[in-house]
Amino acid sequence: MAVVGGTHDTFPKLLLRHAEAIGGHPAIREKDLGIWQAWTWREMRDEVEWLACGLAQAGLERGAHVAVIGSNRPRLYWTICAAQALGAIPVPFYEDAVAQEMVYVFQEAEIAFAVVEDQEQADKLLEIAPQCPRLKHIWYDDARGLRNYTQAGLEPYEKLREAGRAKAAAEPSFFGGEIAKSRGSDTAIMMYTSGTTGNPKGVVLSHDNLILSSRAYAELEGLRDDEEVLAYLPMAWIGQNLFSYAQWMVVGFRINCPESGDTTMTDMREIGPTYYFAPPRVLEALLTQVTIRMEDASWVKRRMFRFFMDHARRVGARLLDGRPVGAADRLLYAIGNLLVYAPLKNALGMSRVRVAYTAGEAIGPDLFVFYRSLGINLKQLYGSTETSVMVCVQPNGEVKPDTVGPPMKGVEIRVLDSGEIVLRCPGLFRSYYRNDAATSEAKDAEGWFRTGDAGFFDESGHLKIIDRAKDVGKLSDGTLFAPKYLENKLKFFPYIKEAVAFGQGKAEATAMVNIDVEAVGDWAERRGIPYSGYTDLASKPQVRELVRECVEKVNADLSRDPRLAGSQIHRFVVLHKELDADDGELTRTRKVRRGFIGEKYATIVDALYSGTAQCVVEAQVRFEDGRVGSIRAELAVDRAKTFAAQALAA
Amino acid sequence: MNLRELEPGTVERKLGAAILAVEGISLSFGGVKALSEVSFDVREHEIRAIIGPNGAGKSSMLNVINGVYRPQQGRVTFMGETHSQMEPHRAAARGIARTFQGLALFKGMSVLDNILAGRNLMMKRNLLWQALRVGPALREEIEHRRRVEEIIDFLEIQHVRKTPVGRLPYGLQKRVDLGRALAAEPRVLLLDEPMAGMNVEEKQDMSRFILDVNDEFGTTIVLIEHDMGVVMDLSDRVVVLDYGRKIADGTPDEVRSSQAVIDAYLGVKH
Repeated sequence: MAVVGGTHDTFPKLLLRHAEAIGGHPAIREKDLGIWQAWTWREMRDEVEWLACGLAQAGLERGAHVAVIGSNRPRLYWTICAAQALGAIPVPFYEDAVAQEMVYVFQEAEIAFAVVEDQEQADKLLEIAPQCPRLKHIWYDDARGLRNYTQAGLEPYEKLREAGRAKAAAEPSFFGGEIAKSRGSDTAIMMYTSGTTGNPKGVVLSHDNLILSSRAYAELEGLRDDEEVLAYLPMAWIGQNLFSYAQWMVVGFRINCPESGDTTMTDMREIGPTYYFAPPRVLEALLTQVTIRMEDASWVKRRMFRFFMDHARRVGARLLDGRPVGAADRLLYAIGNLLVYAPLKNALGMSRVRVAYTAGEAIGPDLFVFYRSLGINLKQLYGSTETSVMVCVQPNGEVKPDTVGPPMKGVEIRVLDSGEIVLRCPGLFRSYYRNDAATSEAKDAEGWFRTGDAGFFDESGHLKIIDRAKDVGKLSDGTLFAPKYLENKLKFFPYIKEAVAFGQGKAEATAMVNIDVEAVGDWAERRGIPYSGYTDLASKPQVRELVRECVEKVNADLSRDPRLAGSQIHRFVVLHKELDADDGELTRTRKVRRGFIGEKYATIVDALYSGTAQCVVEAQVRFEDGRVGSIRAELAVDRAKTFAAQALAA
Repeated sequence: MNLRELEPGTVERKLGAAILAVEGISLSFGGVKALSEVSFDVREHEIRAIIGPNGAGKSSMLNVINGVYRPQQGRVTFMGETHSQMEPHRAAARGIARTFQGLALFKGMSVLDNILAGRNLMMKRNLLWQALRVGPALREEIEHRRRVEEIIDFLEIQHVRKTPVGRLPYGLQKRVDLGRALAAEPRVLLLDEPMAGMNVEEKQDMSRFILDVNDEFGTTIVLIEHDMGVVMDLSDRVVVLDYGRKIADGTPDEVRSSQAVIDAYLGVKH
């Protein structure tokens, strides 16, 4: 068992342990100039030591915050570890956050030091520097484009590394001494929650929180130190941090940083991860690509793909769960594996995946079953930043598409009368940074944490999440209205990218829809429907008809559940622009901000309920370079068929 | 929007002495005078634009600089050596590379191979050595491949490294063409309408790359471009040609306010 316990109660201590025990094993790889470059645990220990010494030399003190901004790069991971070695607290940022969004965090956490990836991030910090007087030092990894910058305090990473190297040579005991000063109960990291409303909140997590949570997963899945993991999700997301940093440090496996965001697919195929983590949107994008490519394949291949995928849907998941399957079906599955499943898994880069997790959002049953039927052990888990992602996970052999599994060992869960889930667990955060009001609101004296999610346990003790507790409302006639549940059902169609449901206090439920421009564009091309861009495509009558079919299927599905039959979607609008985080319509993790959208597009909401067939909307959009423009569009309001509620017996 | 203004704290770049000068160049095809008595110089590390209405002789000027056309009169001085005419292969060997208005890429070959082809002149080992791929030839190939990978990284085209060029969108093909020219490690880079046919976003990307090439490698750049906004943002100095004659030469601001230029572009009342 590679899981380390006992005295190694902080991440830097774990690093020292790995450098001793498995020092020659590669710890981290990065594809650079077309070649996978690797650093062993021993080399990484040295890099972290130099970096820590450099930071200490520059004046980083115990308890201070360090900003880490950029995509997955070894040096940024080392920065996290180096800061922790000094007892300082790393604060990762989303790399696509716009400058002004960062100001709040920099001011609140009084950040003086930042290590960033490149010019893009450095520019943002220089832009906000006047508002953040405490910001003293920015170090950058990639010097490109920064050659002629002369600002004081802006320096290349190499300079920090060299200064640290000199200090480490002069004081060889400094690094070890600093690491020994920290305890597991000390703060390891601060992660800002995206916050669907108001300012983001800094979640303070201790080494204990993350290490206990990581260890629970490692023991449950039997993770070994030879796992390969692809580190490709935003570093500021707790999921990424847990799977590619905390578990990496606890288990001692390998993480691999892709060459760039665009090459992730190729890099994944080259690495062949054994342990994989992906939010549903990534899995969905992969499936969409496969579907589009299959449509382009020859007739024989298409037939073969359909035939064997149908077969896989019937028996694949059962085989994976170890349930009985007939000999003929087994044989056919084996043939299918040879002809379709194995090549497909290879194309997806999932040939070697032993365990795959998905979390962050609800996953569509079709999508979920697709991966499982291929023999990929994809499982759902439930958790949040505040719980170090440790609440529920689906155990092997008991995987159901619509639940998140039973509570993990050491987690206590209660469901309040309001439907809200409250829990206690070892991974539970210490507090929100400088926000006692929010902390005491979320966590009571006995340590029960209000998740804010609504759900219930099914008959086999698995937790089922339906929506955010505060969003679960009622229609004017008292029918239960769970907007996210409706939105997710809509989003499970490949043609629909985003949906926003309305209905709180109204007579009936309605929805705004964003089409998936790739899937619908492909659909339109096949039918010879010309279009110029998203707005044009979305306004085509054929596309609206396509969306109507999806909405009606959702309605038919809802009518089968007596509790939800009343919340069928009566009218909908296909939006003229894609909802975007830059316009504040989505959070950085791409969750819709329903309230904000409701206010911004009040005219559309009015039209959805007034019965008119048309409405005119003018909306501000923010371009990637920060300029603001406006789009004016005439939108059609469509009506969808609803179904009479069916009795459960039917 | 001036890209340079977006970079806070950028110091004044150090421009060197003239690396390239043309003096009294006249070129005619039969009775058609393409260029008459054109003189200007290009300083080291400079971004120098040549602009002018259609048929003003811009492309002809580039072709004279890298020796494709032989001017009837005048001299070209490059790095201290003066010629009445430049030979194309000599120009290339001495450090002048160019991109083309219509692309000059091998459509069926990958991005990687196309850029590698740009290093042709630097490959020392003969065909036999390279075919055997042993010892020095292999070491040489590894070195060339590394340089090509640096260019791929620089131009941010890792995701299409192995894609045949013919399958790429136009904007990316333009970028590959720039990569192929960069592979020769030129002292002077001639860009013939690098943004022709691009949308705004692609133009911004390309502008950024041109500035970065100039910044990172110190490459002197001579470019022809129709998009006035781009020219005024990028260039240190601008030469304006009209009907084969030079009508203005100076910084973007000087050129913009020159009466002759305004007349040439907007027409003049007779």
